[in-house]
Amino acid sequence: MERAYITCRELIDFIADYVAGELDAAARDDFERHLAVCPSCRAYLDSYRKTMALTRALASDEPAEDVPEELVRRILDGRR
Amino acid sequence: MLDSEEDARDALQDAFVAAFRALGDFEATARLSTWLHRIVINASLMKLRRRRRKPEEEIELYLPRFVEDGHQVEPSVAWPEPADAMLEREELRSLVRATIERLPESYRVVLVLRDLEELSTEETAAMLGASPNAVKIRLHRARQALRGLLDPHLRAG
Repeated sequence: MERAYITCRELIDFIADYVAGELDAAARDDFERHLAVCPSCRAYLDSYRKTMALTRALASDEPAEDVPEELVRRILDGRR
Repeated sequence: MLDSEEDARDALQDAFVAAFRALGDFEATARLSTWLHRIVINASLMKLRRRRRKPEEEIELYLPRFVEDGHQVEPSVAWPEPADAMLEREELRSLVRATIERLPESYRVVLVLRDLEELSTEETAAMLGASPNAVKIRLHRARQALRGLLDPHLRAG
């Protein structure tokens, strides 16, 4: 029996699960069949993944901080 | 995660004080840096919870919209630049950072913990006192909103 195609809305609703590899085989098939015929959703998926990559890249931006004197004092006070 | 440098310094100080007080609880098997990092995150989160600022903007403003037949109101357009090239552009990283700051707090926190700090769904849920499902939903919406806000800057044409 032919399965109904999923809509763009359904795809986008479950895109996080798709990207995380958490869809079952049937759902993944639905996704991929839709992607094959929908340029808008292909663009959405690509930009969604790039958004994740851009966020992840910020983690390496955390600057190293010199420990401020007041902090050291508070730590020593805290230990007494 | 925190808006002002002063907040960040306060959070860091709170964190280190808490860390040294808790040093006795530290399990030798855990990596010190990971443990310390977690305490800093927790301190930041505590600070965010204490401060009730302006009411949260509706995340719905930034989410994709759909018509009855399930298509997007505005079809998506490709972002032509490859990911590795994008990651090298400092001005783009600044833009992403600034855009994340615009997200409503409860969504921003989940995005930072999951996608930036790379905590698991379960760890994030435990830290926030939320269900794993709530974390998943908030993460997806946060990513969608961020994508939506970045889209005008990164789309083709």
